[in-house]
Amino acid sequence: MEKISFEVNGKPVSVDVHPFSRLLDVLRNELELTGTKEGCGEGECGACSVFIDGILTNSCLVPIAQVQNCKVETIENIATDNTLHTVQKAFIETGGAQCGICTPGMIMATINILRSYPKANDDEIREGLAGNFCRCTGYTKIIDAVKKSIEERKDESVSS
Amino acid sequence: MNKKWVGTNVPRKEGIEKVTGKSKYIDDLTFPDMIYGVTVRSDVPRGTIRKIHFADNINWDEFTIVTTKDIPGKNVVTLIESDQPFLADAEIRHQQEPILLLAHPDKSLLEEARRSIRIEVDELPAVFNIEDALNKKQIIYNDDNIIKEYLISKGNTDDVWENAHKVVSEEYRTGAQEQLYIENNGMIAIANDEEVTVWGSMQCPYYVHKALMPLFNLPAEKIRIIQTATGGGFGGKEEYPSIIAGHAALLARKAQKPVKLMYDRAEDMVATTKRHPSYTRQKMAVDENGKLLAIDIDFVLDGGAYTTLSAVVLSRGAIHAAGPYACDNIRIRARAVATNTPPQGAFRGFGAPQSIFALERHLDLVAKHINMCPVEFRKQNFLQHGSLNATGQKIEEEVRFDKVLDMALEKSQYFAKKKQFAIHNAQKNNSTYKGVGLASFYHGAGFTGSGEVYLASIVGARLTNDGKVKVLAASTEIGQGTNTIFSQIAADALGIDYDMVEIETPDTSKVPNSGPTVASRTCMIVGKLVESAVCGIRDTLLKSNLLSQNYTPQQFATASKKYLQDFGELKIFVQYKPPAGIHWDEKNYRGAAYSAYAWAVYIAEVSVNKYTYEMSVDDFVAVQEVGEVVHPILAQGQIEGGVAQGIGYALYEDVIWRNGQMANNQMTNYIIPTCLDAPSIRVFFTDPFLPGGVRKGIGELPMDGTAPAVISAVENATGKHVCHIPLMPEDLMRLYRKET
Repeated sequence: MEKISFEVNGKPVSVDVHPFSRLLDVLRNELELTGTKEGCGEGECGACSVFIDGILTNSCLVPIAQVQNCKVETIENIATDNTLHTVQKAFIETGGAQCGICTPGMIMATINILRSYPKANDDEIREGLAGNFCRCTGYTKIIDAVKKSIEERKDESVSS
Repeated sequence: MNKKWVGTNVPRKEGIEKVTGKSKYIDDLTFPDMIYGVTVRSDVPRGTIRKIHFADNINWDEFTIVTTKDIPGKNVVTLIESDQPFLADAEIRHQQEPILLLAHPDKSLLEEARRSIRIEVDELPAVFNIEDALNKKQIIYNDDNIIKEYLISKGNTDDVWENAHKVVSEEYRTGAQEQLYIENNGMIAIANDEEVTVWGSMQCPYYVHKALMPLFNLPAEKIRIIQTATGGGFGGKEEYPSIIAGHAALLARKAQKPVKLMYDRAEDMVATTKRHPSYTRQKMAVDENGKLLAIDIDFVLDGGAYTTLSAVVLSRGAIHAAGPYACDNIRIRARAVATNTPPQGAFRGFGAPQSIFALERHLDLVAKHINMCPVEFRKQNFLQHGSLNATGQKIEEEVRFDKVLDMALEKSQYFAKKKQFAIHNAQKNNSTYKGVGLASFYHGAGFTGSGEVYLASIVGARLTNDGKVKVLAASTEIGQGTNTIFSQIAADALGIDYDMVEIETPDTSKVPNSGPTVASRTCMIVGKLVESAVCGIRDTLLKSNLLSQNYTPQQFATASKKYLQDFGELKIFVQYKPPAGIHWDEKNYRGAAYSAYAWAVYIAEVSVNKYTYEMSVDDFVAVQEVGEVVHPILAQGQIEGGVAQGIGYALYEDVIWRNGQMANNQMTNYIIPTCLDAPSIRVFFTDPFLPGGVRKGIGELPMDGTAPAVISAVENATGKHVCHIPLMPEDLMRLYRKET
């Protein structure tokens, strides 16, 4: 067991766990942040996507010791004060969420696209979602959600 | 009825929970004092258990151990036949056969414990494929390895062959396919000698309920099954959840503690059901004008080690084997055989994708033999209003299948593309071949034959304290939108707001048995029952004089609250009644196999890399007539998702079998389409053939038509005749090498 301290969703936390514990398990079991999902446990499906110091990462592949002093952001931090994020609204409106199990990871990947390529074209959108599996949608509606998010963001920047 | 909600894109009922990560799937739940379970399985495909050895490096006293001796009732998974045990007693029929169960408070100790158990087995020779099963290499099931056999016969094929203009035969094969829902299977159980409660990921709470009653020898009211948010099913959570629920509950009963039994991806892929591999021999006779004179089909499915649902999967595959084509002489022989692999099971399409693949590929081949355009060949053999299909069912609706075809041809620019690609393919300096291909097909909605009569589904509705209506149904939300469409249907039936309808959690202590969530029956059959149940509520309110005709939603809510105050609870239940004039002869497989069919034409456009033989789908047009579309976005989403699965079925998803089990049971080496592999999928619904809001099912269509359309396009691009899926680049390379 080892004491690991880091920041989750803007709050400092410290956990007493085996240093090789997966970040995914610490988030879900120790911190009760179950919005981050496990699909494959080997970094293929992206259901466990979180941001570590702003970098989109599969949390199933990260030993907890590696996040010492890092800033971790999960799906639970995306909506603020009961107001959905633009991306979350877009996923509901376009039908980008079906069974919902890949959705938290897809939303994190979409936010990553918005941060990295605020004006992403179709190829950049597909590239940006390529690390996340969805078995329900065939991706079309998820791509619609990303496009809608980009559009809404444009409007936001115009109005601000 | 004035429809305000049906046909609109209302927000998904549980959308906010899903996009915020607040939906609770089974692995998100923890109970006080909960311990963790694991399944110890066979590691030989066939044999007899001699002894079980527990290594002495483990302190076994700390573990809860369940063997067959701990089963209070019958050791059998009740489904169609009672041949599959929850835990193998003596006989092992496949490599993933569960033998005993372990539980411990510390999850991390379970894997070592599992490996410290050695099952000593007298191994027997096993059968792993259709050919060996049919040739009776070993007899492993009954006296002929046949799980089930059907014969569909119309006219007389024997008299046709000799004088026909052309007779063409060919063999086709389809591989297994893993459902690969992104949420693994899992259950949590609490149990004692008197009662059992199980929460989990599932499609059919009452299937689990039915299986657990005899296992625990308890009456219906003492078994409670609750569906938690379910991360995809596609048929894969239709039957296997009964086994996991039984295992979790056996452990919980022995430990006297809540037990969570969660599969990881590797276990879920290797141990649970997949789409049945198939073999089809197609033989067709045509006249000089391309009219179908006779179709003879030998259709075989590999069912795996136990009966499970193979008989009904086979039935649907057989009935769809001659497709939406008119032909006076048809003979379909269908068999499901047993092998020593984990049982195959339900997967979107349920046998139809296998037989339709063979049929559509064969139509292309016959068209080539008679030098006819594959579109024209199909078109002139389409079933029309009044024609009889393979089971002799008269097509009663005003079918305009040619309209569906025309729309698909136009949207895809099929003929223009064909010309354009012929020029492209003739140019030596291109790195790709391009092609376009199609499939035309229909899919029967709801249970086959008398299935709905046997199910006799019940749906209820009740008033809530705040004047809303709650739908009580066992139909599960698994991504397809059950909660949303039921709310739309109920709101329109009552003339109230979408938000005034709530859906009860599928919990067998709260909802009646509305049958399984399969075969598009949720929208078509259960949806109609929802309508009747809520109308019962309205009629009661009207009769009580608390509500008058032409009420507003607000008046409805006020009357509801008043009713509850004055009379107490209001709950209405309705039961399925078969429509008049539908007859099905189970014995001879004649008559109306389905009360309605959905009709579709799919067109795929592909490129094939000349050097690597890699194939990609560049455009996809899916046109269908499905009757009334309740929610256009959800409906499109169903088709798009199914098309992507169909592309995977055709080109990527290759289950590698080794010694009777899946060897590539990881997402790393079992390849499903990512968004870089899926094309833009263009979905169109034609106007309904029938007026009056008939709904025919949507979800299975894309699984039926996608693979044959994609492979047809590959054939158009390469000129190679392809008879199997998945078609991997190395397979295509072999086809090229064979000819040079």
